[in-house]
Amino acid sequence: MAEAEEQAPVSPQSEGRSGAGEEAPERTPESGASLGVGEPATSPAGSPGTEDPAGDAKKKIDVLLKAVGDTPIMKTKKWAVERTRTIQGLCDFIKKFLKLMASEQLFIYVNQSFAPSPDQEVGTLYECFGSDGKLVLHYCKSQAWG
Amino acid sequence: MTDDKDVLRDVWFGRIPTCFTLYQDEITEREAEPYYLLLPRISYLTLVTDKVKKHFQKVMRQEEVNEIWFEYEGTPLKWHYPIGLLFDLHASNTALPWSITVHFKNFPEKDLLHCHSKDVIEAHFMACIKEADALKHKSQVINEMQKKDHKQLWMGLQNDKFEQFWAINRKLMEYPPEDSGFRYIPFRIYQATTERPFIQKLFRPIASGGQLHTLGDLLKDVCPSAITPEEEISSWLWSFCMEVLRKQQKLL
Repeated sequence: MAEAEEQAPVSPQSEGRSGAGEEAPERTPESGASLGVGEPATSPAGSPGTEDPAGDAKKKIDVLLKAVGDTPIMKTKKWAVERTRTIQGLCDFIKKFLKLMASEQLFIYVNQSFAPSPDQEVGTLYECFGSDGKLVLHYCKSQAWG
Repeated sequence: MTDDKDVLRDVWFGRIPTCFTLYQDEITEREAEPYYLLLPRISYLTLVTDKVKKHFQKVMRQEEVNEIWFEYEGTPLKWHYPIGLLFDLHASNTALPWSITVHFKNFPEKDLLHCHSKDVIEAHFMACIKEADALKHKSQVINEMQKKDHKQLWMGLQNDKFEQFWAINRKLMEYPPEDSGFRYIPFRIYQATTERPFIQKLFRPIASGGQLHTLGDLLKDVCPSAITPEEEISSWLWSFCMEVLRKQQKLL
């Protein structure tokens, strides 16, 4: 099933928004995304929610998107995503970003173990399965974890 | 666990008498009689309605039949919610039998997930079980199971076999005696009063002081608005209790 798709090289700096449209989640301020894995969980100074005292009320959360298998990687891995965005919404975004066809399947996994249902909100998943101030999601073009 | 067996059985065998009627605008070759069914609360609409589908397809032309979907008083019913939840959420005040309208056209893409085969239901069901175990045991129990155990859970649900299901699910409900509870209690709170999706948070079974958390503690913590108006508590709590019981079996 190895398609002609090539894996994009990992690079700390990416070039432009690549057709993701205005609905795209925001890149997190430290856009050296691939370097950002071990960063402290403190909310980045430049983020929109500077007025929020309780981190809980922050409108956006950090989501780290990781490719599985031969699914193309995204140059920017870390995104600030609205809490109310659904898994389906995120899935559509990734497909657009990777220029996959709308008909192509894309599976999203939490904890490398279960696929949340498409109408689940990322904010809720973050509450339950986030760690170090971010939610790690794996995405894959074929079913990776039964 | 064993002393709960009667409760587990009652929850498992909970049924809702339902009358299915074909939507008035569907084109039929002769009149479509309504179809009656006892729906298991813990199952899924698309898993238990093969007979309904066949019944209505008999009076329709092949080309008029697209993916089946269900609606109650204008609200499309999400097949991926357990049937009992759908009833409590949308129809708890209705007279029985519950009257569901059957559609074969104009699938509401925005409201419903597609369900082209039983595999889709199985995948959704297993994902729920896995998500629950991630909260209960950091996924250790579900990961140590074999593929055939997973299959047995699903087949138990699909074929309405209580013993078959619980022979495996028992393991998912255990915890080491020294822990006196799960890591976190898997729960979801659905509110009939809001369009917002369910509330789901991390909640430990035991308070920091060592005492066991009650249902009241959970509500106070995650859904305080639900416990202010005094009179409403009892009825609200009742349906909530039922929901928790159901979730004990699977997180949904």
